[in-house]
Amino acid sequence: MTWDEMEPLLRQGTLETLQMTFWSALFTAVGGLLLGVVLVVTDRDGLLPLAPVNAVVGLIVNIGRAVPFIILLMALIPVTTAVVGTSIGTTAAIMPLTIAAIPFYARLVETSLREVEPGTVAAALALGASRVQIIGKVLLREARAGLIAGLTVTVIALIGYSAMAGAIGGGGLGDLAKRYGYQRFETGMMLIIVVLLVVLVALVQMLGDWAARRLGHR
Amino acid sequence: MIQIEKLRKVYKTRGRTVAAVDGVDLAVAAGTVHGVLGRSGAGKSTLLRCVNLLERPDSGRVLVDGRDLLALPRGELRCARQRIGMIHQHFGLLSSRTVAGNVAFPLEVMGVSRAERAARVAELLDLVGLTDHAGAYPARISGGQKQRVGIARALAGRPHVLLSDEATSALDPETTASILELLRDLNRRLGLTILLITHEMDVVRRICDSASVMRAGRFTESGPVRDLLLRPGSELARGLFPLPDPDPRPGTTVVDVTFEGDGADRPFVSALARAHDIDVNILGGSVAEAGGTRIGRLRVELPGDPAANAGPLAYLRDAGLAFETHTPEVRA
Repeated sequence: MTWDEMEPLLRQGTLETLQMTFWSALFTAVGGLLLGVVLVVTDRDGLLPLAPVNAVVGLIVNIGRAVPFIILLMALIPVTTAVVGTSIGTTAAIMPLTIAAIPFYARLVETSLREVEPGTVAAALALGASRVQIIGKVLLREARAGLIAGLTVTVIALIGYSAMAGAIGGGGLGDLAKRYGYQRFETGMMLIIVVLLVVLVALVQMLGDWAARRLGHR
Repeated sequence: MIQIEKLRKVYKTRGRTVAAVDGVDLAVAAGTVHGVLGRSGAGKSTLLRCVNLLERPDSGRVLVDGRDLLALPRGELRCARQRIGMIHQHFGLLSSRTVAGNVAFPLEVMGVSRAERAARVAELLDLVGLTDHAGAYPARISGGQKQRVGIARALAGRPHVLLSDEATSALDPETTASILELLRDLNRRLGLTILLITHEMDVVRRICDSASVMRAGRFTESGPVRDLLLRPGSELARGLFPLPDPDPRPGTTVVDVTFEGDGADRPFVSALARAHDIDVNILGGSVAEAGGTRIGRLRVELPGDPAANAGPLAYLRDAGLAFETHTPEVRA
């Protein structure tokens, strides 16, 4: 294959990978934060101890974490078809990506929130802050460097997952690697895709590190 | 100002129940500083956290400024807490906010407008002497400065009461002295009532008007610092004026004499020796400022066993001195 043949394919594939990663990362950030906060707040020593809620959310997260992505991808096909209307294409891939990443990020959020010094929460309670104020102004705010670092890890995992999703019909760089690199032995194409992914991951990591450093004041 | 009645707080751990606070009564008068002294595990931290209901007691009553806190619904309790300042051993500052941001936090919680907040924060930082550090993050300032931020933050809601949870225990002696100085100053200037817990005898000596000694969830002694120090057998006195274990020799009487104010200047030892024509042997002693007066403690040895010393002891009593005697243990 010549560069002129590869270039439009690579351009298209990169765009699709970025699309899948961006949207699934966005939904994951929201969903993961929500579940992570619920896990911490409803814990036995939390702000609002609710054992049944905690147990149910914990179970959902554990199940989500336990199922390998490639199996989740196939198992979710009927759900994706019902929600998106199709199980093939970039948009359809966002659904399983999000479902797989939310539990992953939720655990990272939980860990970050638990690292917030308990003394700051007690101090805020003593100052008369409400639970909502404490979640927003103390827990999430104090943990934000950790939350960003966790999101960075999650986005990088999503880039990897998106290649897998691509290989079963989602498009993107993973799809290109399978069709050209694997099935047609286009080693050049394969190499370029690997380099592109490495660069993409490195950029995300750098951006994440920079943001976490800027927001952390320890 | 603070009134605690028959307070009890029980913890259950693996089937065992431990009463952290086991029937405590305490009244702290407006504008005074009361210290609760005890070792770790004595229950003093739980007691303090019961005053603003960070812990809910199992029984008893807590009145602050005449209001029964246990009777308040959640929303009103939050308002009441805004009027009770609290400072903490590890400061409890938000690391993601600047010094000014930390002081503004309670004002945000109370819903104070942005402009008013800025003015009040400036005023509070000035009060604790941190105006120059308004833009610094907590990680960049010293422990003493952190506690000053904690104090400014605690005073944001113009409280009448300040609770101090081992506020100086993480600080070095010099910084401790300056923080205690600040608390004493706020107590005098603002009429702030302070309830503090500590394991440091020196904190009680420096700023408390009254004190309680806590052990295993109960007060073993409680009252004005001056009275406690003059009371024979007081744990507080023993802690403040450390003397070695009395080990009287047979045929002698060892007496610990505690004297106050003028007594500290009166040469009672030589007077006693002259009046009863005995040799008085000084074993040790010290003088300290505490509870606003000068109080001293002296250990002397008199010849003869206690029965033979009725005269000299009566002399001490008549001189208005508080004392306790140690008799030699009968050894087999």
